[in-house]
Amino acid sequence: MSAVLALQVDGLSVTHAAADGARTVVSDVSFSLPRGRILGIAGESGCGKTQLLLALLGLSPPGAQVGGSALLSGQQLVGADRRVLRRLRGNRIAMVFQDPMTALNPYLTIGTQLAEVLQVHRGLSKSQALLHSQRMLEAVGIDAPARRLRQHPHELSGGMRQRVLLAMALLCEPDVLLADEPTTALDVTVQAQILDLLLDLRERLGMAVVLVTHDMGVLAQVADDVAVMHAGVLVEQGPVQQLFDAPQSTATQSLLAAARQLSPTAQGLV
Amino acid sequence: MLSFIGKRLLVAIPTLLVIITLAFALLHAAPGGPFDSDKVLVPEIRAAIEARYHLDEPVPMQYLRYLGGVVRGDFGPSFQYQDSSVNDLIAQGLPIDLTIGLLAMGLALLIGVPLGVVAALRRNTVWDRAASAIALLGISVPTYVTAPLLVLLFAVSLRWLPAGDWGEGALRNLVLPVVALSLPYVAYIARLLRASLLDVLHTPWVRTARAKGMPWRTVLLRHALRPALLPLVAFLGPATVGVITGSIAIETVFGLPGIGRFFVDGAFNRDYTVVMGVTILYGVLIVLANLLADVVQALLDPRMRP
Repeated sequence: MSAVLALQVDGLSVTHAAADGARTVVSDVSFSLPRGRILGIAGESGCGKTQLLLALLGLSPPGAQVGGSALLSGQQLVGADRRVLRRLRGNRIAMVFQDPMTALNPYLTIGTQLAEVLQVHRGLSKSQALLHSQRMLEAVGIDAPARRLRQHPHELSGGMRQRVLLAMALLCEPDVLLADEPTTALDVTVQAQILDLLLDLRERLGMAVVLVTHDMGVLAQVADDVAVMHAGVLVEQGPVQQLFDAPQSTATQSLLAAARQLSPTAQGLV
Repeated sequence: MLSFIGKRLLVAIPTLLVIITLAFALLHAAPGGPFDSDKVLVPEIRAAIEARYHLDEPVPMQYLRYLGGVVRGDFGPSFQYQDSSVNDLIAQGLPIDLTIGLLAMGLALLIGVPLGVVAALRRNTVWDRAASAIALLGISVPTYVTAPLLVLLFAVSLRWLPAGDWGEGALRNLVLPVVALSLPYVAYIARLLRASLLDVLHTPWVRTARAKGMPWRTVLLRHALRPALLPLVAFLGPATVGVITGSIAIETVFGLPGIGRFFVDGAFNRDYTVVMGVTILYGVLIVLANLLADVVQALLDPRMRP
């Protein structure tokens, strides 16, 4: 093996139990992700992107059937024991959720929510965990980190909360970071800052990133490879430039067309 | 926080004034008076009694006189219980209602909270259905049915516990009234908590906690239970007053000398001062309970802190 694979997904499918029978939301998805690479997954809303990420974490909704295989640095995730999965989540594979306004617990301080990750996965004491959390907040570019630890989410701006979520996911320096539309809820300046941060951290920590978005402009800026998802199926994947230059599927073409209309960044690149 | 409490107490004064005025007006608008009875009193005696209680004065004058007494903490003499003041009656009855009511609420929480949590966590299983069935039963069967049934079973058939009487507050005497009074509240609490906990368990932040690899116990106790308790706290404020004041059926079935009895008798006999005194007491209790609930909510929810 020349490059160590951080994540190798083979024939992964997710079927939800619905009132009118079963509904397949992710169908036969395969990709591999070497360490230090960023894979962008693009697709319109509801195409199964988020369900794919949740399946990797073992957090598919109750009653969902998950099939196929997903290896995290060689460790099988599909069908793994609940306790094994719990130890991997937030530790070796971490996720940044879409909406920074609701993904943090409004009733707990930022410090508590960060520190508990290290307390659980690293067995640190609360004070050690807080100290480490403060350094991580600094690393993701939050000013006055010591004060932030004592604040509640509603006292922070949207951009700051997104950074907190990112810091939370990075605390244990995971092999794989799953980022679900991490910049969609943010304004353009903050969005650029977060993406830069992601690139920088990838460089420093050598982690692999799965970046899910419907925004081709974002992928053009940061992704190494892009996979396009449509109706639960990966219809096309390849290096970012190749995919942008010669899109094969209609789904890719329509996403690019949408990006051209909306985003000047994408227009310049394509 | 202290200034918040102070402000709320100040706002409570006009509220209580409205309660007092309305109650006073309604009572005096009702036909009949405290000394109307089947036997006709000699006019001179009647006039003497009315003069003694200032009932011969115009109503606005009586109102002001009463208000003056209330400000000094004096609720006046009872018309029906000749030798007792309303303050005496309250001092006699309130401890009994407080004991029964608070114990019943405590018991209701002790059973209702775990029942609600189990129902939410084991949603749509036998556990959930059983908890829901118990809750439905508790809500739909009124106290004046459950109380006599409990007496029939535990006092008459099994002879484990006394059928009634305050018995100087001995534990044996307390068990049946407390259990009977708590049953509907067990049901309310369990249903309320089940619903709010299910809501919270579906929030994005609980998903975040699980994605962080938090143990199930941490997810439940630290991330989910606290917000789920907020609607319960809002309910508990007025409900606790309800359980203290609304135990008339319990008092009657178990023969307890609480305030509820004075209140009902007072209303029938136009015992103005007793009805007014108890009304004001209940009003004050409700104001205080709501204030307490708000303070607890603010402690639980950082966004509600003033």
